[in-house]
Amino acid sequence: MFTERLSRHLRAPFPIGAPDWPSAVERPAPRPTLGIDYDTAWARRYPVRLARVAYTELVTRPLVAAVARPHVEGLDRFENVEGPVIFAANHASHLDLPVLTCALPDRWRHNLVAVAAADYFFDTRLKAAYFSFALNAVPMDRSRVNRRSAYQAQQLVEEGWNLMIFPEGGRSHDGWAREHTGGAAWLATRTGRPLVPVHIQGTGRLWPRGARRIYTGRTRVTFGRPLSPGEVPAREMVGLLESAVAQLADEAATDWWSARQRAAKGSTPDITGPRAAAWRRAWALGPSPKDGARRRSPAEERHWPPRP
Amino acid sequence: MPRPGFVLEVDRSTPPVLMWHGEGYRLERLPAQRSRVVYAPEPMAPLADPDAAVQRALLSPLGDSSPLPDLLFPGMRLTIAFDDLSLPLPPMRRPDNRQRVIEAVLEMAAAAGVDDVVLIAALGLHRRMTDAELRHALGDRVFDAFAPNGCLLQHDAEDPEGLVEIGRTDHGEDVEVNRRVAESDLLVYVNINLVTMDGGHKSTSTGLMSYKSVRHHHNVRTLQHSRSLMDHTRSELHSSAWRIGRLLNQHVKVFQIETTLNNDAFPSNMAFLQKREWEWGVRDRAAYLASSQALSLLGPSARRNLFHSIKAPHQMTSVQAGEVEAVHAATLATLHRQQVVDVEGQSDVVIFGLPHVGPYNVNSIMNPLLVMCMGLGYWFNMYIGKPLVRPGGVVILSHPTPWAFHPVHHPSYIDFFEEVLATTTDPAEIEKTYEERFATDEWYRHLYRTSYAYHGVHPLYMWYWGAHALEYTGGTIVVGGDRRAVRRMGFKPASTLADALEMAEDQVGRDPSVTYFHCPPVMLANVH
Repeated sequence: MFTERLSRHLRAPFPIGAPDWPSAVERPAPRPTLGIDYDTAWARRYPVRLARVAYTELVTRPLVAAVARPHVEGLDRFENVEGPVIFAANHASHLDLPVLTCALPDRWRHNLVAVAAADYFFDTRLKAAYFSFALNAVPMDRSRVNRRSAYQAQQLVEEGWNLMIFPEGGRSHDGWAREHTGGAAWLATRTGRPLVPVHIQGTGRLWPRGARRIYTGRTRVTFGRPLSPGEVPAREMVGLLESAVAQLADEAATDWWSARQRAAKGSTPDITGPRAAAWRRAWALGPSPKDGARRRSPAEERHWPPRP
Repeated sequence: MPRPGFVLEVDRSTPPVLMWHGEGYRLERLPAQRSRVVYAPEPMAPLADPDAAVQRALLSPLGDSSPLPDLLFPGMRLTIAFDDLSLPLPPMRRPDNRQRVIEAVLEMAAAAGVDDVVLIAALGLHRRMTDAELRHALGDRVFDAFAPNGCLLQHDAEDPEGLVEIGRTDHGEDVEVNRRVAESDLLVYVNINLVTMDGGHKSTSTGLMSYKSVRHHHNVRTLQHSRSLMDHTRSELHSSAWRIGRLLNQHVKVFQIETTLNNDAFPSNMAFLQKREWEWGVRDRAAYLASSQALSLLGPSARRNLFHSIKAPHQMTSVQAGEVEAVHAATLATLHRQQVVDVEGQSDVVIFGLPHVGPYNVNSIMNPLLVMCMGLGYWFNMYIGKPLVRPGGVVILSHPTPWAFHPVHHPSYIDFFEEVLATTTDPAEIEKTYEERFATDEWYRHLYRTSYAYHGVHPLYMWYWGAHALEYTGGTIVVGGDRRAVRRMGFKPASTLADALEMAEDQVGRDPSVTYFHCPPVMLANVH
């Protein structure tokens, strides 16, 4: 009571101080400012973009190089494409976003926004500010179909921003990819912009969902040939994108020619893994870094065909 | 979702409220427990794609009109008339609604092979627009295509060669219209409706007629019987305009295109001007304090230039085209959604804070007559049902009311103020004794036709505009006005709002109920 009276006495009168709220007017509930409602426009202003370039080069890139040592393939497949484009990648780990960011050439990275889960990356003011700044992330509601976040993403593409999206809607639960949702395909169809399939290999081993520590090792990022939405309906685009990512995964696991041959025969391995019991799915993934696999040489990890 | 307007009952917790005072504003505290403040609804969401909406409106017209492309044919005479600079207020940012609509109409005319196209600014008895003002309203493409070829005209209500009488209404009203309009195969009228008074048949029967026709609806009798000017079903002015407009429609095919705007009148750095005071954040309070301080350091001319440079971020909320009356009904429905605020009962005193601009002083000076017209003509008439103030109540206006006139724009105003108001302030007597003299004065006529002057009779119309309020109320007090100028108009000057409220008690009794009409942004009180 006393402090209330004191603060009233100390407060400067309106308009220097804040006005009184008329007793006849109901106070509205405070407007939500986090999650899907977090305003990220500040992170796309030019001074912040410049600061982000410095942060990426001085902090993110050295960290990614130390932890994930990404090997990048397929940049030539979209070097003649005019921006903006939508990058759609498989998603196994929180490392995916920084690895992919560092894998992209400057031309694409400087105009890149990443779609990130509103409930995870934007649930506190500090996290929201950090991910908006460091990765130019924008929040997307993944718990339900939210037209607002979809239209915001569309608007960003229309304003000339390249968009990075994980169409699986979240990280893998068991190391195998999840089925794609329609978000990336919808955006591509809606904006008419090319969709670049991306496959990231290895991050799920280094920092899988629920892991308490991060292992170091090698990763590989493979960019595919852009898919042009043209007249293809969004539903078909989902299938096209999913099979493009699966082919890239096959290419990363074997070689380009074998992957093309299997793609032509329609026998590309399914990236969602075998439809079998949980232990068999885990078994099919091969040894984990915890078993010392990280010490193997990359040559041993790859399945080269036997020498003649 | 924009919030609707509402009425705030003032108590001790109510902060001071913003009140316009010409080229400035101040915070005023209202008496607790017996005052209320009427707040405007928030701006409606604009059309997502106004150009597509214009196309849709032209291709699917309302009423018994064919789509515009069906009315266009090679070899026809097409006239496109448009509202002049009195709309909207403040002038809107580019592209203006007129530009959007006229470009769409011209695209269709070009596709139909129409060569003979003339654009006419529907000035009525207003001053001519400068090239810069025309360019702002129509856009560079239209201006550069039509002005150099003499195909962009401004209506001249005193041109004996350029007018033609097409008949009389059943009430004996002469209908003398722009000759080019009368001889056209199609008149396309492009309108901006900021308030419900605008549009409908009033557009053509005021904007494209001569003094001989306009005098039938702009007179003391019609204005005293317009309850209010914002409700065309209860306005004598509009009844007459409707009769004249209908007769015109029998002679010329009219395709009316009406657009509405939301009430987003001020740019974001002046957002506090249309916010509720208790919602002012730090930025709003800083903007208020900084702008008030800066304005107090500037001279009147610099302040005026600053305020007249404001371009409002108004945006289009609807567009409809076709037959005049069907189009206007749709326009009014949208405007009512944007502007109507329900108010319970009348009060003893009503307060209006008058802003820097009205329909007749865009890029000009708001002289004392325009202060009267703005307060007692426009703000007083912003009602449907009954006025905010009871019969015999008091109107308090807040405006500096300088004894200052723009010599180019308002020459006849100077003589009217100096000479006529020194003799009488009774609208009926003024009309009887002075109207003909001012309307037919050769010098005023010359200035109206060749310079940028309002018609000679215009200051009398300004006075008539307040005739209903003068007859209805018990008195008018002007806060902070030039004392001589205020007294010349028969009003009482007061130094402060508190003084004005004290003075009002002489007329309406002790502790009167007070309504403050927090306008702009524009709104319409529906008084029950």
